[in-house]
Amino acid sequence: MADDIKISIKNLYKIFGPTPDVALEHVKQGMNKADLLDQHNHVLGLRDINVDILDGKITVIMGLSGSGKSTLIRHLNRLIEPTAGEIQLNGEDVLELKEGQLRQLRREQMSMVFQKFALLPHKTVLENAGMALNIRGSSVADFESEAVKWLARVGLEGNENQFPHQLSGGMQQRVGIARALVSNSPVMLMDEAFSALDPLIRSDMQDLLLELQGELQKTIVFITHDLDEALKLSDHLVILKDGEVVQQGDPQDILLNPNDPYIVAFINDINRARVLRVRSVMNRTVDNDVDYAGDLLENDNLETVLSRSGGDLDKVFRVVRNGEAVGSLSMKELTLALVPTGEPTEETAA
Amino acid sequence: MATYDSLFSALGLKQWCAEGKADGPMSMADLLNKASGKSAEPESLWDLPFPSMDALNDSCAAFPKSRELTQGLEQGFLAIKDNLSLVLDPITQPLSWSLDGALYGMINTPWWIVIPIMLAVVFLVTKSWKLVVFVGASLCLLAFIDYYVYAMQTLAIIFVCAFLCVLFGVPIGIAMSRSNTMQRLTIPVLDMLQTLPPFVYLIPLIFLFSVTESKLYGIAIILYAIVPVVRLTNLGIRLVDKDVIEAADAFGMTPRQKLFKVQIPLALPNIMAGVNQTIMMSLAMVVIASLVSAPGLGVLVLRGIRNLDLGVGLIAGFGIVILAVILDRVTKASLARINASQNQ
Ligand SMILES: Nc1ncnc2c1ncn2[C@@H]1O[C@H](COP(=O)(O)OP(=O)(O)O)[C@@H](O)[C@H]1O
Ligand SMILES: [Mg+2]
Repeated sequence: MADDIKISIKNLYKIFGPTPDVALEHVKQGMNKADLLDQHNHVLGLRDINVDILDGKITVIMGLSGSGKSTLIRHLNRLIEPTAGEIQLNGEDVLELKEGQLRQLRREQMSMVFQKFALLPHKTVLENAGMALNIRGSSVADFESEAVKWLARVGLEGNENQFPHQLSGGMQQRVGIARALVSNSPVMLMDEAFSALDPLIRSDMQDLLLELQGELQKTIVFITHDLDEALKLSDHLVILKDGEVVQQGDPQDILLNPNDPYIVAFINDINRARVLRVRSVMNRTVDNDVDYAGDLLENDNLETVLSRSGGDLDKVFRVVRNGEAVGSLSMKELTLALVPTGEPTEETAA
Repeated sequence: MATYDSLFSALGLKQWCAEGKADGPMSMADLLNKASGKSAEPESLWDLPFPSMDALNDSCAAFPKSRELTQGLEQGFLAIKDNLSLVLDPITQPLSWSLDGALYGMINTPWWIVIPIMLAVVFLVTKSWKLVVFVGASLCLLAFIDYYVYAMQTLAIIFVCAFLCVLFGVPIGIAMSRSNTMQRLTIPVLDMLQTLPPFVYLIPLIFLFSVTESKLYGIAIILYAIVPVVRLTNLGIRLVDKDVIEAADAFGMTPRQKLFKVQIPLALPNIMAGVNQTIMMSLAMVVIASLVSAPGLGVLVLRGIRNLDLGVGLIAGFGIVILAVILDRVTKASLARINASQNQ
C-alpha cells in the first residue's frame, strides 16, 4: 500500500524556559529531562521527534500524563512554536508560514477537538457547530444547513437551539466533533477528546469516530493515555515517554514486540485476546493436507477464535481473506500469543 | 537662642543663616511665644524638638519653614494652571455640555413621560415586573414628597458619568488585559484614585476649573467611579477560560474576532459587576460633589447640615438610599440575567 504522508515531523525539539537555545545544546548532548530541570531550570517538552502521519489514517499518540502529548499535537498547528526541527504539511514547511497564512491553515486545513470541549458558552449548539464557518465570515443563515447536517450526523438532531451547559458531557463533545467536521478540514487534531467522558459514553464516541472515519477518511491525530482506546482506534501508534518516542508502528506489532520496559508495563494488563487479531499471530503457510477445524477472517480477534474452538487446544484453523486462504492458526500458537510478556512468538509476521 | 544653633555653627553655616535673616511670615506658635514672653529654648532633653523644618528655622533663619513648602506647591500649581487649563478646558468641555443637557432634559421633560420611560428601561434590562413595580412606587413616592426634581438631577448626573466611565473604562481595562506593562503602569494609578479621600482630589480640580462649570463635579465623579469598571474588565478578560481561547486560536480567529466573539462576551458578567459598582460609586460621589455645586439630593443634605435643618437632611438622605437601592437592584438583576445565560 503506497501511503501518502500528510504531515511529517522531523527532529522536533521543544524546551520550555527563558533561554531554550542554550538548553537545547545540553539536550542534544544527551542531558535528560530531570537533569535539565535541576541544573538549568528548563523543562524538556519534546526531544528529537520523528513521526510521519499518513493521509486518511488515525495516528494515535499515547503516553502517561506529562509525557508531552499535548505539546506535540499543538506543534502541528503551531499553537506552540518549536525550539528546533521541522514540520511539513503536504510537503510544505508549516514553520515558514506568516501570520495570515498560518490563520488560513488553521481555518481550512486543521480542526481541533479538545479534552474539555472548549465550546463557546454564550452561543447555541448550532452557532458553536458553525464556528469555523462563522470565523471565515459566514452568517448563521449561510452555515445553518451545513451545521445542522453534521449535528444530525453526530446524533444531535433537535438540540440546535440549546446552549452547551444544557447538554451532558458526551453531547457537548459531539458538538465539539461536529464543529471540527463543519470546518471541512482534511486534518483533525483530537487532544484526549474522550478522556473526560464516562467509560460507556467514551466507547460510544469511539464507535462514532470509527464510523465517521470509515466514511470520511480524514487524517486524524488522536491523543490518549488509555491503551485500550489507542488500540481500538489506531492505524499507527506512537508511544511517548518523557518527551521522547519510545516506539511507533502498527499497534499489533507493538503489542507483540514491545521494545521498552515502559511499554511492557503499559500492555501487561490489557485483554490481549480482545485486542490481538488473527492476522498478527497467524502462520503464513497453508498446508492442504491438514484437516482444518474451520475458517477464520484475518481481522477476527482472538476472543472470537477462542469461543469458536470450544476450548479444544488441538484444533487448527485456516485463515481466509476475500475467500482465499492466506494462513493458518493453531490453538497452541494462539495460546502463546496470549502470554503477556515482552517475548513475542516466533511466527509473528511483520 | 534655639536648640539647633550649635548644629549650624558646627557645620560652619552661621554666615549663610545670618544672610537669611529677613522677617519671614510669623507662625501662630511664634506669636503666642512672643506674647507670653517665653523663650523657645527647651529646658531639658525631655523637651528636645524633632529637627523639623520649623525647629531648624528657629536656629537658622535661612532654612525654609514648612509653610513655605505648601506655599511653594501652591505657587507651582498656579504657575502651570493656566497652561494646563488651556489644554484641559477644550477637552473637557463636552462633559459640561452633556451634563447640562442631561439635567435640562430630565427636568424639563414632563414627569409622565420620564417615569414611564425609566420603567420601560427597567423592564427591558431586568425582565422583572416586580422590579418595575418597585421602581415605579419609589419614584412616585419621591415625587409625592416633592423631591422629584432633586432626584432627577441626581439620576441625570449619574447616568452621564456612569456612561462615560464605561465608555472609557472598558477600553482601558481591555488594554490592561492585553499588556502586562500597561497593567503594571495602570494599577498604581487606580490604587491611588481608590484610596485618596474624595475631598482631596476635589482640591486641584477647584483650582483648574471654575466652580460654576458642571465639568468640575463631572470629572470628580468620573475619576472616583471609573476604577471598578476598569479593574473588573481587566480581571474578567484575564479570567476567560484558557481552553476556549485556545479553541479560538486553533480555529483561526483574528485577535479582533477573539476580542469581540470570545473575550468580551465571556468577561461580560465581570464587566457588568464593575458597572454596578461604578454606578454605586457615582451615587456616593454625586452627594459629596454637591460641595462643588453639583445639583441634586446632595444639595439638600448639605443644606441640612449647614442650616441644622434636620428634617430636610434626613429626608434627602432617605431619597439617596431609595435611589441607591433602585440602581443596585436593577443592575444586579440584569447582571443575573447575563450570568444565567452563560453559566457552564
Ligand atoms: N508552557 C509550559 N511551560 C513549561 N513547561 C510546560 C509548558 N507546557 C507543558 N510543559 C511541560 O511539558 C511537559 C509535557 O506536557 P504536556 O504536553 O501537557 O503533557 P501531556 O499532554 O502528555 O500530559 C510537562 O512536563 C509539562 O510540565
Ligand atoms: Mg495533555
